[in-house]
Amino acid sequence: MSLHRPETLDDALSLMGGGAAVALGGGTDLYPALRDGVPPSEMVDLTRVAGLRGITRDGSGWRIGAATSWTQVARAELPPLFDGLGAAAREVGSVQIQNAGTVAGNLCNASPAADGVPALLALDASVELATGTGTRVLPLAQFITGPRATELAPGEIVTAVLIPDVAGSGAFLKLGARRYLVISIAMVSAVVAVEAGRIASARIAVGACSPVARRLEGLESLLAGCGAGAAEPVILGYDYPELSPIDDVRARAGYRREAVATLVARAVALAVEKEASHVA
Amino acid sequence: MSLDAPQGHIGFTLNGAEITVPAEPTVRLSELLREVAGARDVKVGCNAGDCGACTVLVDGDPVCACMMAAGQVQGRTVDTQAGLVADDPLAERLAQSFQRHQAAQCGICTPGMMVSAVALLRSGEALTEESVSDALGGVLCRCTGYRKIIAAVLDASDTAPLAEGGVGAPIARLDGWPKVSGTERFGDDVAPGDALVVKAIRSPYHRASFSFGDLERFTEENGLTLVLTAADVPGENRFGVIPGFEDQPLFAETETRFKGEAVAAVVGSAEALAGMEPFPVSWQELPSVLTPEGAAGAALLHEGREANVMCRGYVARGDAAGALAGAAHVVSGDFSTGFIEHGYIEPEAASARRVGDRLEIRCCTQAPYMNRDGIASIMGMSAADVRILPTAVGGGFGSKLDLTAQPFVALAAWKLNRPVRIAYTRIESISTSTKRHPSQVHMEIGADAEGRIVAARFDGVFNTGAYASWGPTVANRVPIHASGPYKTPNYEARSAGIHTNTAPAGAFRGFGVPQSAVAQEQLYDIMAEKLGIDRLEFRRRNCLENGDPTVTGQVFERGMGIDACFDALTPHWTRALAEAAAFNDTSAVKKRGVGVAAGWYGCGNTSMSNPSTIRAGITPTGELRLHQGAVDIGQGSNTVITQIFAQALGVAVADITLVGPDTDITPDAGKTSASRQTYISGNAARLCGEALRAQILRLGNVSEEAVIRLGDGAIELTDAGNTVRVDLSHEGEYALEAVESYDPPTSPLDKNGQGDPYAVFGTAAQMCELEVDTALGTVKLLRIVAAHDVGKAINPLLVEGQIEGGVAQGIGLALMEEFLPGRTENLHDYLIPTIGDVPPIESLIVESGDMHGPYGAKGLGEHCLIPTAPAVLNAIAHATGARIHHLPATPDKVRAAILAVGTGA
Repeated sequence: MSLHRPETLDDALSLMGGGAAVALGGGTDLYPALRDGVPPSEMVDLTRVAGLRGITRDGSGWRIGAATSWTQVARAELPPLFDGLGAAAREVGSVQIQNAGTVAGNLCNASPAADGVPALLALDASVELATGTGTRVLPLAQFITGPRATELAPGEIVTAVLIPDVAGSGAFLKLGARRYLVISIAMVSAVVAVEAGRIASARIAVGACSPVARRLEGLESLLAGCGAGAAEPVILGYDYPELSPIDDVRARAGYRREAVATLVARAVALAVEKEASHVA
Repeated sequence: MSLDAPQGHIGFTLNGAEITVPAEPTVRLSELLREVAGARDVKVGCNAGDCGACTVLVDGDPVCACMMAAGQVQGRTVDTQAGLVADDPLAERLAQSFQRHQAAQCGICTPGMMVSAVALLRSGEALTEESVSDALGGVLCRCTGYRKIIAAVLDASDTAPLAEGGVGAPIARLDGWPKVSGTERFGDDVAPGDALVVKAIRSPYHRASFSFGDLERFTEENGLTLVLTAADVPGENRFGVIPGFEDQPLFAETETRFKGEAVAAVVGSAEALAGMEPFPVSWQELPSVLTPEGAAGAALLHEGREANVMCRGYVARGDAAGALAGAAHVVSGDFSTGFIEHGYIEPEAASARRVGDRLEIRCCTQAPYMNRDGIASIMGMSAADVRILPTAVGGGFGSKLDLTAQPFVALAAWKLNRPVRIAYTRIESISTSTKRHPSQVHMEIGADAEGRIVAARFDGVFNTGAYASWGPTVANRVPIHASGPYKTPNYEARSAGIHTNTAPAGAFRGFGVPQSAVAQEQLYDIMAEKLGIDRLEFRRRNCLENGDPTVTGQVFERGMGIDACFDALTPHWTRALAEAAAFNDTSAVKKRGVGVAAGWYGCGNTSMSNPSTIRAGITPTGELRLHQGAVDIGQGSNTVITQIFAQALGVAVADITLVGPDTDITPDAGKTSASRQTYISGNAARLCGEALRAQILRLGNVSEEAVIRLGDGAIELTDAGNTVRVDLSHEGEYALEAVESYDPPTSPLDKNGQGDPYAVFGTAAQMCELEVDTALGTVKLLRIVAAHDVGKAINPLLVEGQIEGGVAQGIGLALMEEFLPGRTENLHDYLIPTIGDVPPIESLIVESGDMHGPYGAKGLGEHCLIPTAPAVLNAIAHATGARIHHLPATPDKVRAAILAVGTGA
């Protein structure tokens, strides 16, 4: 039984390079998934690696270190573009889970109901990946390939989530059967940019209604150019071909399909409202 | 690791002390803290981050210790509840506030709640209900309904402690300080460090036959100490709680009847169990039936129970069919509820050791003497050779009446002559413990043109699962209660408990009555609407009053207080209706509604003897000891029984030392169930106090008015200004002793269920105000007002605690809870209300003064949740016009019902 706690990325990559070790972040998905069983015999704790924690801005955009906790995301002072991500951060599990759980952990766990994924999709996030031989960057939508499945190669580590710095305001809404500690029935994140009373661009993602959270490209293009006050009928009339909700213990598919339209309308309205207050 | 501690060790600061302990760095931090560092104030409720009971501060931030690798705290600081309360004045003030507000009931969630709250208090963030809820939202509580926890965090000040007092005084829990300071010890907390561990091998199928491989070889190859199967049971391989219905095996013999049933158990060191190969058992899945539909034609679960009917119940009075046929108005409907999991935060746990030819079992239980007798039967021993030492109980609500973990450790400790322990995992607990019975009810109610109820007919089918457990109690109790607390001259109620291949349904707060109330109270609303009568007024007009016969023909000349409960609600009802109407005038998508419902519940066993015995003694040195065997599972019997005893004896509560429900030294005060402890054990305590007082007064030859003062080796009696000293003898354990019993006066029921099933009924009426988002079907509760006739509130603070906790469970029943065998076996798929789901609750305590209860007191535990679910459902219908017949009222069901009536946005 060993737990490595590297402090440099090189050490982390070399420890992971053997392919046998399991990456550990906050442990908030790894331990519950054991279902009371025995932990992996070799783990690499990535939370102490220099440069993997914190949110920074560089020339081309924003960089969220892979091991940044959701509490750090929730407390960071960020522009309105990130309001949806901030709201999502506060809905991740509980304070306890937000304190330990990491942004990259949420992505690598690849739950269809991951709270962080829709907000990051709506932000056009990419995932930066590193191995001993180099780094690559994948759009988030390509990184997560299915329920509990990602493009992460053996020995590879997520080092950061990259977000382009663009205009717009974000919003996030989560629908569940209780107030706290709840797995979503559905959730929606929207990032909307308004120019001269019209939606210049809308980026909308939905979670828990398809095997992987999905952007609604069809609706986004319908909303582009739409009057900010005229979005609701477009949203409610849209048929959401990107989604494939299922019946489960939380809700029936038909309800999810219908609720999503309501949530999208509200999230877009919220983002438009923030744009108005931001501009004003 | 980057090692500052020696290889194989972890060094960190625990509660201010730097320690280095041997541990694997990959184990859960909770395991390190509990098993290696001795911090058993860290509770494990789920091992999945779903309950928050294991919350500790790591470098000042709250995290769940069950989800952090032990090695991740190397070089860091960890603080637990006990350390915080001992070292941080802010945490000590919080603990005092928890005591003042009774924010801890059973106390199992208290470590998580308090640790989370300390982080909030230290942060300097403004304290509001919202900020407290956000900070504590990750910790589940099943007892309190959260409101007193919120109040306690908001009031973490230097306010003086509550004054003490006897009957009627809102004193703090006498057993509260260990719970709020981190020293309370629950089922798994007392397990010896050197104990071997037992783990049950359970069926993965709802029904299966099975055969074992080479168990001897498996034991040897895996370094196990012992494997147990049915062949090892020395006595009867079956147990149960109702005479004649002992039908559950400790280990299945040829076929398992539900998913999770044990077929074997392995015993060994924790390391051996962790590294064990898959257990050599092969399964042949068999056809199973999970609901009463189809059960009649399915294979019999138990020989002799034709068509899988466990038993039926029946109550008839007058001519229900004739009266319905002649009624001016008749309403009817079908309603159903699902399996409800008790969801106590402490999973079942026990440890045992053999002492010569006797067995000692420490466990969390609601029924020590029943457990003792059940173990004796399984072990083929005399009951006198089994000793049950109850620990603190981290919630029970009915499910910790039955044997669960105890027989495994009893058998293993007996065979090995070594201490043995077991703690269920959350999944094991949910999948195998008893549940609230799912119900399918058809009911018809008739009224005359003036709005008087003339008849009701009720037919309830209850899924009792694979084994009887308390199913017969539910089948008997429901027909007596299904009328609700209303005058129903013509009545016919049938019930049936049907076996299926699911976890056994058993006792859960209300024994079937909450399910019947869901049907009856919704139909009362429908009837009131049909009649055009205000819904509260309709109930008030029809409710039982003193002198009216119940549906079993029982007449109470005193103590039928439901009329007073409705009257107490009236001003709140009027206000709430006006407020909802005003809101709805200006809101299209969100709609508010107000609902009301009532409930009643007979305290104690149905037409059966169920005595309690209370013992007390004064030692030669003048110490007054109360042997209080009414197990306190959080509801407060340690406090209430003591208050009653103190009042009867005429001493202060502080003069009394409590002795717990150890079956070797404390007599049987019956089970903590059926809202019987305050009434029945309370009466025994009253009689015991009176008897001891009479002895003392006789010794001093003083009058009834004398004041008793306990001194060192003597008692001083002051009577009319004169003081007499009575020296205590120096022989024996007690110089003076009294033992008294009380058994409620009831009568058997005839073939039509007529008779006096209970000596005492408690009644309640609750009102719910809520807001429905009609587009999403989500329900936000705004306020609950709960009027309860408790006869006499022995301790009003504890009465409020019972009401608030029961309401929270009723909210769960109404809105979110449903156990689906094999599907919702953890606390993230099985949802119970969180701190953000319980609105402000206003308790209106009505004291009708019961004829039989001690100082007029009645039981209260079950009553609290009976009206809640129908009040919520009636409010949803008032808000939207949509009526939910099949629980829980999850957003998708509410939205579907709204669409069906066409009122939605």
